[in-house]
Amino acid sequence: MPRAIGRGPRYVKGTHPLLDSASLETALAIRPETLLHPRPEGLYCPPGDFYIDPLRPVARALVTHAHSDHARPGHDHVLATRETLDIMRIRLGEGFCGSEQATPFGESLTQGGVRISFHPAGHVLGSAQIALEWQGCRIVVSGDYKRRADPTAEAFALQPCDVFVTEATFGLPVFRHPDARDEAGRLLASLARFPERPHLIGAYSLGKAQRMIRLLRDCGHDAPILLHGALEKVTQYYEARGIALGALEPVAGRKAPDLAGRIVLCPPSALADRWSRRFADPVTAVASGWMRIRARARQRGAEIPMVISDHADWTELKETILETGAGEIWVTHGQEDALVHWCQQRGLAARPLRLVGYGDEEAA
Amino acid sequence: MNRFAALIEALAFEPRRLAKLTLMEEYFRTVPDPDRGYCLAALCGALDLPSAKPALLRQLISERTDPVLFALSYDYVGDLSETIALLWPAPAGGPIRDSAIGAVVETLQKASRREVAGLVAGWLDMLDERGRWALLKLMTGGFRIGVSASLAKLALARFGQVEAAAIEEIWHGLEPPYAGLFAWLEGRGPRPDPGQALTFRSPMLAHPIEDEDFDRLDPGAFSAEWKWDGIRVQAAGRLQGNNAEIRLFSRSGDDITAAFPDLAGALHFEGVIDGELVVMEGESVAPFASVQQRLNRKSVSSRLMAEYPAHLIAYDYLFAGDDDLRGLSLEERRPRLDALVAGHGGRLRASPPLVFDSWEDLARQRAQSAEHPAIEGVMLKRLASPYLAGRPKGHWYKWKRDPGLVDCVLMYAQRGHGKRSSYYSDFTFGVWDGDRLVPVGKAYFGFSDAELVELDRFVRQNTTNRFGPVREVVHEDRSGLVLEIAFEGLQASTRHKSGIAMRFPRIHRIRWDKPPAEADRLTTLQAALARAPAQPAVPDA
Repeated sequence: MPRAIGRGPRYVKGTHPLLDSASLETALAIRPETLLHPRPEGLYCPPGDFYIDPLRPVARALVTHAHSDHARPGHDHVLATRETLDIMRIRLGEGFCGSEQATPFGESLTQGGVRISFHPAGHVLGSAQIALEWQGCRIVVSGDYKRRADPTAEAFALQPCDVFVTEATFGLPVFRHPDARDEAGRLLASLARFPERPHLIGAYSLGKAQRMIRLLRDCGHDAPILLHGALEKVTQYYEARGIALGALEPVAGRKAPDLAGRIVLCPPSALADRWSRRFADPVTAVASGWMRIRARARQRGAEIPMVISDHADWTELKETILETGAGEIWVTHGQEDALVHWCQQRGLAARPLRLVGYGDEEAA
Repeated sequence: MNRFAALIEALAFEPRRLAKLTLMEEYFRTVPDPDRGYCLAALCGALDLPSAKPALLRQLISERTDPVLFALSYDYVGDLSETIALLWPAPAGGPIRDSAIGAVVETLQKASRREVAGLVAGWLDMLDERGRWALLKLMTGGFRIGVSASLAKLALARFGQVEAAAIEEIWHGLEPPYAGLFAWLEGRGPRPDPGQALTFRSPMLAHPIEDEDFDRLDPGAFSAEWKWDGIRVQAAGRLQGNNAEIRLFSRSGDDITAAFPDLAGALHFEGVIDGELVVMEGESVAPFASVQQRLNRKSVSSRLMAEYPAHLIAYDYLFAGDDDLRGLSLEERRPRLDALVAGHGGRLRASPPLVFDSWEDLARQRAQSAEHPAIEGVMLKRLASPYLAGRPKGHWYKWKRDPGLVDCVLMYAQRGHGKRSSYYSDFTFGVWDGDRLVPVGKAYFGFSDAELVELDRFVRQNTTNRFGPVREVVHEDRSGLVLEIAFEGLQASTRHKSGIAMRFPRIHRIRWDKPPAEADRLTTLQAALARAPAQPAVPDA
């Protein structure tokens, strides 16, 4: 059931993670926290009375993108980009929220005196950073983002701000993503070497799978690509939005001889599922930023671990933080300790928000 | 380095054995000396670069990264070489030139301790991260890419189109980068002479005997002896004046002399002996658990040697001095062995022949040996057989004792690896202790492919809980699955909750028909364990 406005837990002195170091009175005088602070439901904006990417059903939600850990069902009202709303409907069904409102990138609207605008985050189709302006303070909530070229998502648009709220999925200096085309090239090289073996690619069903298909097309692979059933609807939506993905066919109903030498995309979990038994002697590839760590690649059983991620890597996180010009950095989820440490070394005020519940969808 | 790194990378992510062999063969064919030789040495663990140690690598990375970021990264990645390979700051302009593995190894071997840090840093600056990982692993050892020394040598044998045994025969006289070996394999040079070095000779192996074999085999044409539950070793010795140089090799050809200095020091002969390394308790052969105390140690304490003294029970004689006896029949080799042992004594014994007049008679003796924990069964060897490397048909047979059988209840299942990765194929089972089940072992073979499909279906349909990759399966009085488990022996164990560990447990039969309440009880296994320790004596020669 949707939660009534104002029923969320009230702040109790000494329990607020952002305010533990100061007295309540002093802390409330700091403007950024007055505009936005974490609650158990998610990041809350008191003057506008809304949440960003709330983890539990709320009255008013702003949603950065449609991955299931950020876009949850059951809110009374959702404000998001057209694409995010459409994909939420595809994945969550009609009635995923009470009412919806689409906002184009770059346009502003006002809620309770807070100016709200959405800007491309480059993560997946329709993914947005959300900018809030109030009494001269500008906070940008990045959601998940990347800076690399990706023809299947609107390119990241840098937003100058006072406070930058960043993700840190790959917030360790060991994470430096290589060129995605080289990674796709290794898969195509394997296909050339083993033309009779089916090549299975585990890729997250929203965003990564479609980017992977486009990438293979750009590397010159024109043959039809087969899709696991879980990928079909979202992929069709991408095509309906004008993203050309070439010939795509369902896996369902095909027998082993008809699967030899084909590229097949599926969610990563399907690689170890009974579904994968229909393939004779397959080559298993996984497309994910985690593939940079050998132990992770082995856990997934990847024979071709492709380091292809829709998140910013360590270098991009650092660059983006500096480019926003923000004096204060809040880190939402991922490997926040290392990124906070780096910011502090650079003289930037930084703290982890310790929001629990993001990073659950296989979305790296 | 890049070509080597590409091979290591490909091997690391290739699960199929045959494909691994092909990758290595291709490398040996396309990469010149001495690079391929050093690669072979690295794969076989035969490369020792004493100057490059983890402490040095830590120092290099600490000079280049923030210590907090390094600590967080290492904690996350869990492997020092990999962390450094990923973290190493790539110099502007990217990789510029490559040093081949041969140049790297030879430079490192010649470098002074002082020079090593600068050299390694210079190479790391030039390589991409796959190259860095390969270089760091090369220096610290332990690739963990699923390639054993014997697999690498098998690839080499396929490359040179010779038998794997032919490589083993000369291997221990060779040194990296093996230029002579490659020349021979490519038909450009003579077979390297194993010469005077104490080398490993491929052992002769036995086939398991089948019931129908007995009808065909004449008991009079065979000798029989106990099959000892120790480790198969080959002892090679040479005398220099009054001193003996002795080397002990495992069945796969690994030099294990350092782990058994008590035995090596007690041997004094010239030639090559095949036998079983055991631990003696007085005049009795101790169970395998005692030998295990001595395994996988680089050095060994005098307390351990006193408590678990190693002995050699010899059963064959390959070389007497430089005389190759392998072409002789067993009937001719055995008296020579007995004569050697008779004049030697101490820790060298001869495996006593069993006297029998029919297969029924031998079966009786074999059944009676069930009480002896150090006897696994009986070996049958054709008296007329020469000593043949490998597993030739029709010469040696092993006739293991019937295994112990116990009815257990399936408790947990875990997904397998490789082509079994979508199947629950690792099974943990237990027996009743009072009214609850205690796990007593784990088995992942013994069933057919068709049975695996049924077991997998049972696990998926009867899961009661999940812990990561492990599923808990229903196991109550009346619901659950009984597995008949076969095993080779029982040992007391402090590591298992039940206090008992099984050797070689495997699924013998799936008892779809049996309710779990009728499975065996822990007291049954405890009684079997208590019955065991009367041990067989080995007579002095």
